[in-house]
Amino acid sequence: MTKEWPLWEIFIRGQHGLSHRHVGSLHAPDAHMALKNARDVYTRRNEGVSIWVMESAKITASDPDAAEQNFAPSETKIYRHPTFYEIPDEIGAM
Amino acid sequence: MAPLVTFCLRMGDTALILGQQTAAWCGHAPVLEEDIAFANMGLDLIGQTQLWYGLATEAEGAGRTPDDLAFLRSERQFLNAQLAERPNVDFAHALMRQYLFDAWHLPMQEALCHSSHDGIRGLAQKTVKEVRYHIDRSRELIVRLGDGSDESHARMQGALDALWPYAADLLVTDAVEAELAQQGVVPGLDRVRTAFDAETAATMARATLAIPDTGQARTGGRTGIHTEAMGYILAEMQSVPRAFPDARW
Repeated sequence: MTKEWPLWEIFIRGQHGLSHRHVGSLHAPDAHMALKNARDVYTRRNEGVSIWVMESAKITASDPDAAEQNFAPSETKIYRHPTFYEIPDEIGAM
Repeated sequence: MAPLVTFCLRMGDTALILGQQTAAWCGHAPVLEEDIAFANMGLDLIGQTQLWYGLATEAEGAGRTPDDLAFLRSERQFLNAQLAERPNVDFAHALMRQYLFDAWHLPMQEALCHSSHDGIRGLAQKTVKEVRYHIDRSRELIVRLGDGSDESHARMQGALDALWPYAADLLVTDAVEAELAQQGVVPGLDRVRTAFDAETAATMARATLAIPDTGQARTGGRTGIHTEAMGYILAEMQSVPRAFPDARW
């Protein structure tokens, strides 16, 4: 058994109505203490109104070596952005 | 000294000395997360000290400032509970000292939220939120380390054995506080003691730690009698303002 505490990913909701955003990670012995540590490490300057924690090991991430096959093909497909529509004047800014 | 001033100094001095002791962990706590948490708590306590000293100097009306109280009084003029001045030793001691303080501090602050004194009531209503957090954190760590490995259990039990007699100093009552209690300024201390006893009994049971039954009680801090540790704390805390009395930074 490792003597190190597991790593946790921390997500903070900045204000009501916004999504939780990933802000960083920290070590803690369990989820409960991870919340407390996150409160002290990441919200001491009034950054948030809600905290989520998730054990880093539970996250499944895409393989960096597969970045090219995953993401390069969409680089040239600018037509997938809805930017080719003519906006009628009366609509105004969108 | 007026009873109100004495009480504000007892509260403020206890917060200041514990804050100073806690701040010494900055950069030295066992892990980064604890380091930040301990520094935060120390700063909270020093913030509370400013509020208490503000009330004390206002009630005193002698032109002293909160800084004068912190930096220009000598050992016998400090009225902090002896628990606050006990040395850091190791993380178990620091944590146990914090928890025992919190177990008294929360019921005290909750009761002071209903004080008949406007300034004290306002102070308590503002600070009770952070005090709730402090005990929430320290209690969880006491349980995890008490009921942890053989070594963490032994260290926590050692810290409890060493510090328990000093916790009594938080709960001492005297004529000053009896008079203020009669005016509704402070709660009757037996109420705080009942809450302290229930809190510590439940937590130590969860933490598999045994509260010493020696009946030893080390008291006197709140009348200016201190342990051998106090002089060193003041020397370190006061040396710069005493050497450079009007320095600003």
